[in-house]
Amino acid sequence: MLDKQGIAKRIAKEIKDGYYVNLGIGIPTLVANYIPDTMDVVLQSENGLLGMGPFPFEGEEDPDTINAGKQTITMLPGSAIFDSAMSFGMIRAKKVNLTILGAMEVSENGDIANWKIPGKMVKGMGGAMDLVASAENIIVAMQHVNKAGESKLLPQCTLPLTGVHCVKKIVTELGVFDVLPEGGFRLIERAPGVSVEEIKQATAGKLIIEGDVPEIIL
Amino acid sequence: MNKVVSGADEAIRDITDGMTLMLGGFGLCGLPENCIAALVKKGVKHLTCISNNAGVDDFGIGLMLKQRQVKKMISSYVGENAEFERQLLSGELEVELIPQGTLATRCMAAGYGMPAIFTPAGIGTEVAEGKEVRNFNGKDYLMEMAFNADFAIVKAWKGDTMGNLVYRSTARNFNPVMAMAGKVTIAEVEELVQPGELDPDHIHTPGIYVHRIFKGSNYEKRIEHATVRSKQ
Repeated sequence: MLDKQGIAKRIAKEIKDGYYVNLGIGIPTLVANYIPDTMDVVLQSENGLLGMGPFPFEGEEDPDTINAGKQTITMLPGSAIFDSAMSFGMIRAKKVNLTILGAMEVSENGDIANWKIPGKMVKGMGGAMDLVASAENIIVAMQHVNKAGESKLLPQCTLPLTGVHCVKKIVTELGVFDVLPEGGFRLIERAPGVSVEEIKQATAGKLIIEGDVPEIIL
Repeated sequence: MNKVVSGADEAIRDITDGMTLMLGGFGLCGLPENCIAALVKKGVKHLTCISNNAGVDDFGIGLMLKQRQVKKMISSYVGENAEFERQLLSGELEVELIPQGTLATRCMAAGYGMPAIFTPAGIGTEVAEGKEVRNFNGKDYLMEMAFNADFAIVKAWKGDTMGNLVYRSTARNFNPVMAMAGKVTIAEVEELVQPGELDPDHIHTPGIYVHRIFKGSNYEKRIEHATVRSKQ
């Protein structure tokens, strides 16, 4: 089974040299720690920054310089600042190559729900609806089951949707899944020590298993 | 073309109950702190506030929520404010949650004199309910209307007496697009300078969009999540 760092580490392998990448809040933020130094990758923060760097050293925090998760950050050489309209302009215009975000539920046809639990939790969608509506390459990082032990990979989402037919890949603590255009979660890698049977048990949506499924190599 | 007013109280003098206000900032970053304090002091009520976030319980728009000055919030993310969530779930506060890019672009449209925009954000979700959908090149887009705000209140780093503005770092966020979208736009700045002191090539908001400007004071610039790394 993967921990959060493991999920982030596996997702980092999807990043290619030359990519502009938007990382969501939570596990996706951790992905930045595993991008190889040899790769030329620029991180976009949708509040209006390209070229996000690591957290500042203690005492060097700048309240004017934060990421989309409202954390203090630094800017790397070559950074650019812009307003919120331009920020979503470049997202809408598909200039950002990869979007990694969290989810409460994903359906087998690639719908995603991650912004609202009616009557209980209303945080808002932030930039998630804009990102999933426009990005062509969306990876979801999430736990496979919710706190009640129910699968988050479903035939259909039960929570209000963030976007439809948009998720291409999911990485959970149990494995890596491609969301097929015709519908279904294809298991492409298992987490170390996790059996296909365990993954079947934890997946409510249509699971597709073809041949021997290899273990994730981190 | 001198737009300088004495301070926040004078800048907001004609904001009255029931008006629609835009407030710049993202999280607690780039907030017009002086004007928010003046609005709290003045006690205007039944406001509709367009702002990406609702502050936290004791800072930003959270201060206005605590005084029950806000009738309706139009935001994209309100997750850090317990009082907000309480008022929303109990029905005391009207809330319209809209995608962040839609929010920014509806402001931009107002500033560019365009009545509406088309965006794919929200297609197939409850955000699309009751809205016109148009198909362009095989993809569905929602028609979203430009915002109409009585006042836009923004925070810039530097400004000159003619209202030209320069922002600093990610405190820019929604401020430039909101500055363009107010019937009356108020800018508070950390440094107020004379015309000619700002390089025309470096101005983010041309003064034509700004009606009142003043030098703010006592900026707290609170950090919502201070994250640091240790020096090895």
